[in-house]
Amino acid sequence: MGLLSLITIPMERSYSLTGPESERAVEAGLANADWYRSPIDRKVLKGLMKRSDNPAMRDTAIWLGLLLATGGIGALLWGSWWALPFFIVYGVLYASAADSRWHECGHGTAFRTRWMNDAIYEIASFLMMRNSVVWRWSHARHHTDTIIVGRDPEISGMRPPQLIIIGLNFFGIVAAPQSFAAIFRNALGMLSADEADFVPESERPRAVRVARVHMSIYAVTLLACIAFGSILPAMLIGLPRLYGIWLLLVMGLPQHLGLAEDVLDHRLNSRTIYMNRLLRFVYMNMNYHVEHHMYPMVPYHRLPDLHEAVKDDCAPASTSLWQAWREIIPCVFRQLRDPRHFIRPELPPGAGAPSYGPMGQAAE
Amino acid sequence: MPEIDACALDDIDEEDLLRFDHGERTYAIYRMEGEEVFCTDGLCTHEQVHLEDGLVMDYIVECPRHNGRFDIRTGEALGAPVCVNLGTYPARVESGRVFVELP
Ligand code: FES
Repeated sequence: MGLLSLITIPMERSYSLTGPESERAVEAGLANADWYRSPIDRKVLKGLMKRSDNPAMRDTAIWLGLLLATGGIGALLWGSWWALPFFIVYGVLYASAADSRWHECGHGTAFRTRWMNDAIYEIASFLMMRNSVVWRWSHARHHTDTIIVGRDPEISGMRPPQLIIIGLNFFGIVAAPQSFAAIFRNALGMLSADEADFVPESERPRAVRVARVHMSIYAVTLLACIAFGSILPAMLIGLPRLYGIWLLLVMGLPQHLGLAEDVLDHRLNSRTIYMNRLLRFVYMNMNYHVEHHMYPMVPYHRLPDLHEAVKDDCAPASTSLWQAWREIIPCVFRQLRDPRHFIRPELPPGAGAPSYGPMGQAAE
Repeated sequence: MPEIDACALDDIDEEDLLRFDHGERTYAIYRMEGEEVFCTDGLCTHEQVHLEDGLVMDYIVECPRHNGRFDIRTGEALGAPVCVNLGTYPARVESGRVFVELP
C-alpha cells in the first residue's frame, strides 16, 4: 500500500466501496437503479439470446489448441531467441484472451451447456489470477452499478486517471501482484473489506477453497522452477499474466475510459468499437460493450446482430481502436488538470432520452 | 389458496414467460411446450429485478440482470449470483386459460 501511494495521483473522490462515496451513491438512488435500455422487440431479443454450444466449442478448441501449441513450441525452443514470438502469442492467449473467456463464461452465455461455461470459467479465472468466486460477485456489481463511484469495483479509469498505475499494468506490474496477494489472503481465509462488501457470507468458504487450489498450483510451479533451476515453468504458469496482458488493456480500457461517471445509461458511460476478426476472437466481441451492458443475456456471437438492432439509438461506434484511443488520450491528460472533464457521446436524433441519473452531472 | 384465472395460454409464447401482478405481489408465469405451465415469484432473489425480460430455456429462467438461473419447476436457485430460491405456485391450463394458485 505504501509503495502504491507513491505512484497514486491524488483523487478528489474515493473509489472505495466502503468509503463516503458509497453512502452518497446509495442515498442519491444510484445504487441498484433502473438503467436505460434501447428498445428492442421481445421476439427479436429472444432470438438473439438463444444459446448454442457450437461457436464457443470452436473458439475454445482454437484457443486451447493454440495455447498448448505456442506454449509447447516456446518451451522446446527455450534458450533461443526463436522462443520469443511463441511466448508473445502464448502470453496474449494466456492472459488477454483468458479475460474474455472468464467474462463470457462467468455470464454463462458462451455455451448453452452449463458445465462447459463453468469449466472454462474456472480455467480462465486461474489464468487471470482471479478468485472465481470473488470475481463472479465483483462482476455482478459492475453490471448493477456500472461506473458508479463507490459502488463499482471494476472502475479502471478513475479521475484523475492513475496514469502511472495504468501504464505499469500494461505488463501487469501493479495488478498481478495485487491479484496474487488477494488470492493469497483468501487462501488464508481472509477477505478484504471491499470483497466482503460484495461476496455473501454463504459463498466465502468456497472462495477460500478456490484460492487454496490456485495457491497449490503456484507452489508446484515454484518448486518446478527450483528443481529445474529454470524460470521456464513460471513462464508457462503465472508470469504470462504479466507479459501477456497488454493486449487486453489496449482493447479493454476504452470500454469506459474518459466517459461519464454516475449515470444510468450505458450509452453515456460505455464505448462500442469496431474491431477486426482477430481482435474480436481474442476479445470475444466485447468491443460491443454498450450492447453487452444493456443486454448481458445475449451471447458474444450474437453481439454484432444486437449492435445492428440498437445502433440507431446509440452514439456512433468508434470506427477503430485507434480512433477510440485518439479520443481517450487527450481526455485523460486533461483530466489530470480537470478531473471533472469527461467525454459526452452524442446520441443521434430520435434516440431515446439519455438517463443522466440523479447526480445530473453529465447533463450539464 | 384461491385459484386465479391469470391469462390466456396464448398470451405466452412457448418457452417464454409473462409477468403477472396480483395484489401487492408480482409473479412470473412460464409456458413450456404445449400446455405445460409454471408459476414462480416474479422478482429475482438476488437484486429484486423482475424476471419478465429473462430467458426461458430447458425449464430454467435466466435473470436479465446478472444471468442468475432458477429452475422454474422447483424455484431452485442454480448458483451464484442467486443463492435464494424463488417461491413456486401451482399452475394449470383449462380451456385455453392459465389458472394459478396464489396466496
Ligand atoms: S438480479 Fe437477478 S441475477 Fe442479479
